Amino acid sequence: MSRLRERLFATPLDAVITLVCLYIVWRISVPLVEWAVYDATWNGTSREACTGQGACWVFIRARFGQFMYGQYPVPLRWRVDVAGALMVLTAGLLSWRGLPQRRWFALASVTVLPLVGLWLLYGGFGLAIVQTREWGGLMLTLVLTIYAGLIAVPLGILLALGRRSRLPLIRFASVVFIEFWRGVPIITVIFLASLLLPLIMPAGFDVDRLARAILGLAFVVAAYMAEAVRGGLQALPEGQAEAAQALGLGYWRIQRMIVLPQALRIALPAMTNEFISLFKSTTLVLIVSLFDLLGIAQAALADPNWVGMNMEAYVFAGAIYWFACFGMSQWSRLREKRLQTAHGR
Amino acid sequence: MVAVIWFFVQNASQNMMKAGIASGFKFLWRDSGIEVPFNLTGYKPSDNILFLLWTGVVNTLLVSIVSIAVATIVGFSVGLLRLSRNWLLSTLAGFYIEFVRNIPLLFFVLFWYFGVLAALPLPRESYDVLGVVFLNRRGLSIPTPNDLHGLKIACLAIVVLIAAQVGVARWAAARQARTGRDFPVWPVGFVLCGVLPVAALVAGGLTTAWDVPTLRGFNYRGGFVMVPEFVALFAALSTYTAGFIAEVVRGGIQSVRQGQIDAARALGLTQGRIVRLVVIPQAMPVIIPPITSQYLNLIKNSSFGAAIAYPEIVAVFMGSALVSTGQSIEIIAITLAIYLVLSLAVSLFMNWYNARHRLVVR
Repeated sequence: MSRLRERLFATPLDAVITLVCLYIVWRISVPLVEWAVYDATWNGTSREACTGQGACWVFIRARFGQFMYGQYPVPLRWRVDVAGALMVLTAGLLSWRGLPQRRWFALASVTVLPLVGLWLLYGGFGLAIVQTREWGGLMLTLVLTIYAGLIAVPLGILLALGRRSRLPLIRFASVVFIEFWRGVPIITVIFLASLLLPLIMPAGFDVDRLARAILGLAFVVAAYMAEAVRGGLQALPEGQAEAAQALGLGYWRIQRMIVLPQALRIALPAMTNEFISLFKSTTLVLIVSLFDLLGIAQAALADPNWVGMNMEAYVFAGAIYWFACFGMSQWSRLREKRLQTAHGR
Repeated sequence: MVAVIWFFVQNASQNMMKAGIASGFKFLWRDSGIEVPFNLTGYKPSDNILFLLWTGVVNTLLVSIVSIAVATIVGFSVGLLRLSRNWLLSTLAGFYIEFVRNIPLLFFVLFWYFGVLAALPLPRESYDVLGVVFLNRRGLSIPTPNDLHGLKIACLAIVVLIAAQVGVARWAAARQARTGRDFPVWPVGFVLCGVLPVAALVAGGLTTAWDVPTLRGFNYRGGFVMVPEFVALFAALSTYTAGFIAEVVRGGIQSVRQGQIDAARALGLTQGRIVRLVVIPQAMPVIIPPITSQYLNLIKNSSFGAAIAYPEIVAVFMGSALVSTGQSIEIIAITLAIYLVLSLAVSLFMNWYNARHRLVVR
């Protein structure tokens, strides 16, 4: 009780501030809860079911499939589920420290698994082909994030090493690449990829629209990733690489065995931040007519059967983005804390 | 490497030849024929494409500058509130920060445009402030001065007042160094740089005839209309970036060690002086570099306006002009170059500022 008084009512001014804040919170949260829960309609199948003043969650229920899978053919959606389950399973196994052959398993999960995922989603080799223009919703958001990330992380590491290289040409090329992509807006890069890639390819050779967007995103994120990794590299004492050199190790072995394992651990929070902003940036594919989660929500507003569902669509999509990003940043914070205590011993 | 580039260039020139597009920058002097609903440059569809590009640049700079100003004010306030002793206040600030940082900016842009502004009342039932500023579905109408004479005099007066304050501050510092006697610089400054300028502006405004928006038929006429696209983009950019700036400010202030503050208190400095003379000078060098990159991000993020057709560079040039001329390589190159120059200009300015304000470590 005394603690409460100290933190909320220490001085008369504090007391006034606290009361004003409480009043504002009350005025905002009560109508919000009334709208979202108390007055909301949860059950039904059509617009007519929603008669109350509150939110019409029926709309989300009716369109849930689209929000998750876009226009992906309904009978084939199990393939997306399998790919997602595989991903979750792998992530779960990888976070288990006692996994036998963990290193090889990790390597396989970033090389073989993405190909398996692509096969499940796109088809071929016995599965019916689903064109990428039918992909959409949360699934497309995850595809964009994961595949762009898979290109961006290794490329970013190489660029960060290149920026510290002793060869002037490589250093110069890395700096130009990094500063160029960091200096321009992602929207223009997505435009650039979708306009320029078809232009520079030989006639008749078409680059898929989704692949163009992924490539554009990946280049920008690689540049930002490189700066995050550089931070980790700079934090590492010179002596580490010098000692390894004295032992007679070559450049790549020093980087792979001594420098990167330590530098990446330091850079991990910054890299997670870049990953979160990649996740948020995927929404920009809207402007090249790819319908990710936000795009699908936006497109759903145009449905004549469901007029005036703006708030419901935005709240649903926004909540998913929020929980995903918040989850990632909390995970990174937790890891950082655990590492700190591990070092403190 | 060279072979790969040659291969791409070869393909590009073949593809362009097939499409019948001549490369080069001559198209910039062609008539554009593109409508721009919101412009400050007096652009008309009969002007050439170069002028269209300039209109886009001006619109980008307009929304960026206004948003940077508001984002800085909101961001600093929220960042300071986050450090408040009052638990409720700092928790609310924390909620705000976590809310805006974990949701994509495009979400906020669409939300403001389609969720909030589209739900505003028709012009007939506008929200108004003192009967001169009107907010409705068609945008925000603000009054404009008919002639700038009175306001020019007010601005001149403000410049003189600021100069006077600088003089007083110098004199007070010199006197304190000489005799040790204190002078109430800040209260005087509050009058010279706060009260009197406001009075000057009010006086200038009262003596000027204003073009106040009035309801005629279905819409407001007169004054200046901020289109809803501008309002939505501005609201989204400033509130979003404010969340990031708040985190930067919090981190910067927390980086000042407690010992510094304790030592200042032991010397008998007042709370205001501790903040002004000890905390801020040490926090600023930590705050400025990341804030610069937030400003740069904001300028680049103003391109999100393309998603709601706010006529900034990407929308009018990379969108409309590219569709009407087909000169994709030239237009992309020009657009990217503009953003690179803008980024470079801001970071050069901030580097210069940073170098001037760097803490001298002895």
